[in-house]
Amino acid sequence: MAVEFRKDLFADERDDSFDQIGQPRVRQDIEGHVTGRSPFFDDHLFDGLLHVRCVRSPHHHARIRSIDASDAERMEGVVRLIWPRDIPRNMNTLLSLINFGRDDEPLLAERKTAYIGEPVLAVIATSVQAAQRAVAAVQVDWEVLPHVLDVEEALTPDAPVVNDEYPNNTFDYHERYDHQKLRFGDPEAALARADHVVEGTYQMSPIEQAPVETCGAIAAPETNNRIVCYTSTQALFFSIGVTGKLLEIPSSRLHFIGGTVGGGFGGKVDSHHEPIAVLASLLTGKPVKYMWDRAEEMQAGAPRSGERWRIKDGVMNDGRIIARIFTGFFDAGAYTRLTSYGVQKCTGHLPGPYTIPNVASNIFCVYTNRTPSTAMRGFGITGVDFAIECHMDKVAERVRMDPIELRILNAYRDGDMKAHRRLAKNCALIESCQVVAQKADWRLSADAMAQSSLTGGGADWRANIPETVTDDEGKIGERRRSGLAPDPFAGTGQRGRVAAGTFTDHPATGNAPQRDDMIAEASRLGFKVDTGAPSAPMPQAERPIAPPSPPPAAPPPAPAPPTSQGAPTLPSAYSEAPPAPAPAAAPPAPPPAPTSTAPEPEPYRPEEPFQRGVKRPGVSRFISGARRR
Amino acid sequence: MSKTPVTFRLNGQDAAAFADPGSNLLDFLRRAVGDLSPKYGCGQGTCGACTVLIDGEPHLSCITLAETVSGRDVRTAGGLANGPTLDRLQEAFIDKFAAQCGYCTPGMLMAATALLDKNPNPSRQDVIDAIGGNICRCTGYEPIVDAILEASRNTRGAA
Repeated sequence: MAVEFRKDLFADERDDSFDQIGQPRVRQDIEGHVTGRSPFFDDHLFDGLLHVRCVRSPHHHARIRSIDASDAERMEGVVRLIWPRDIPRNMNTLLSLINFGRDDEPLLAERKTAYIGEPVLAVIATSVQAAQRAVAAVQVDWEVLPHVLDVEEALTPDAPVVNDEYPNNTFDYHERYDHQKLRFGDPEAALARADHVVEGTYQMSPIEQAPVETCGAIAAPETNNRIVCYTSTQALFFSIGVTGKLLEIPSSRLHFIGGTVGGGFGGKVDSHHEPIAVLASLLTGKPVKYMWDRAEEMQAGAPRSGERWRIKDGVMNDGRIIARIFTGFFDAGAYTRLTSYGVQKCTGHLPGPYTIPNVASNIFCVYTNRTPSTAMRGFGITGVDFAIECHMDKVAERVRMDPIELRILNAYRDGDMKAHRRLAKNCALIESCQVVAQKADWRLSADAMAQSSLTGGGADWRANIPETVTDDEGKIGERRRSGLAPDPFAGTGQRGRVAAGTFTDHPATGNAPQRDDMIAEASRLGFKVDTGAPSAPMPQAERPIAPPSPPPAAPPPAPAPPTSQGAPTLPSAYSEAPPAPAPAAAPPAPPPAPTSTAPEPEPYRPEEPFQRGVKRPGVSRFISGARRR
Repeated sequence: MSKTPVTFRLNGQDAAAFADPGSNLLDFLRRAVGDLSPKYGCGQGTCGACTVLIDGEPHLSCITLAETVSGRDVRTAGGLANGPTLDRLQEAFIDKFAAQCGYCTPGMLMAATALLDKNPNPSRQDVIDAIGGNICRCTGYEPIVDAILEASRNTRGAA
């Protein structure tokens, strides 16, 4: 088993008795909270503290022709200004620290601004009021540019380019794709044989985290050539890394102190205050505070991204969902921040907690002239769950079924194959639905109340697509080197980016061709879609194993377990194989044998306690033995 | 511009400091006096994190001019405890898990103190009204309301 969970690693230190629920516990930091002595970043006093305020763009999208700050510079209380040229490396993206995405965002915009509130110049002054007066006195000559605020408009060919680093207005996934894909089974074929096709569009607005403590940082020179920085950050090592990178100073000179956060909810990972406060302290040799006021927090602070979803389900008359297709648009705002990652999180979450044998999704991380969006409480998950659960109710209505029973019928069970090709385990949706129904006095059928996540999982169609092959470090990419899977781009000469709006995959990738409805969607959005035959089909010899793996040789018809406790007996609309007769009192079906291309995965044995310092097969060396010794 | 000397009572002690012209009571208490327990949340009098008591009445210190407390009695969350002995409200906040990030807590405590001083036997609705001007983003308010009611019960028991 490639992925180990903390609860497995520390199984010998947990009793999982769950007797703490409902018991009051004393927080370790509560005494400081009730006496007003918890050291929030702003609770550190410095003599001669200076303050920073930024000149911000009043336009959605504008070019900076010139900035005249000569009056502001001479105003009383103004110590100095920070111009973009004062920043040693004025370009960054948050996730560059983990090598994900290209630098696309300046700390202070130099050439153009792409959202209302984007800072272009910082003023350091002896008081907040003096800084605000100076900010108001700065004259910026703006050339207002056309802007785009809607994710789908941003994908049209005429849309203005929001972010020069990503001229297609989409994040580049794997340096190649304008969206993140998920492919599982054959949704197109399943839709064709479904009794109903249920479609829906759902949308969620951006949401501000709105912590009661606004974001900020205080930086001050220490006596040992270091800078101390008290910060409200939720991500101290992001903040150190970003500051070190933008200011080109080693992190050994940065003494960051955080950990007492006045509410974060994701909005305090963006690390904008620390670099400016530290730079201001370096430039002036004085302690400097840069703290947003409430208006800045709401206008310039990054919210959760807005999302738009199209969901198309293929449903049988009895409520089984046999296909689900997603098209999703995440509104990143003007810069990437964490939205690119939110999209990947989301993809790993699809199609929700349901065993659906045919799933496809295309999710776009789109740039618009809105405030950049970032982390917030389950970002990437919450929005699509809203869409999925609304859609489940819509499906229930269409097939005239109780919405809770519909969820129980389609829920993950232990041993099912999820759409990202990992086995489902520790499933509890069925039980949760049963408890919820009971608590709400919602009458369920005896059959629905008899279902269990522990039985019937993994049988037949529920797991006939094999698990993703990984090496014993849990890495997927390694399979290429090991020869278990081909390099999809081998011999194609295709290493660069795919042209904008190219929806068809290169034949060498071996992926299933794009579906017609997605091609239609692309055309609707104005993309030039290449639907023609593959221009240069790869010789078969260069594709040692043709992905996707062919479905396993039809397994012997899995007998359905007894209906009272096991899975519902399903005539197989999920596969084209005719339904198996269900012999009474047959033993539960064994999990299907993995296909020949996949090595047998380590069985999951949570009952075996893990001994620290012992490397078990399949456990990453970074979280177990080798590294600890 | 000249600074104004302000003398007042802070948590039962005489206090004096110089206020910058036009400065608000929140900045004055935090920067000039050094009482860091009132918090800045909005600067607009809408979130309640800066609530202090002036002559027993709850006031939003971020929209109160510092000079106006001259000669008056100011109480803050920093003065609730009697040495190491916590106030009944503070104990109740601990017992009822009424704080998560803790940033709104000093303001909540002062709004609740003002309520219990005037009305030692409040109803649940009285408590909700009393903290209606204080925003908490973490707890969902229920534990805070429970804690204030618990504190009022403890007072009655002790009396």
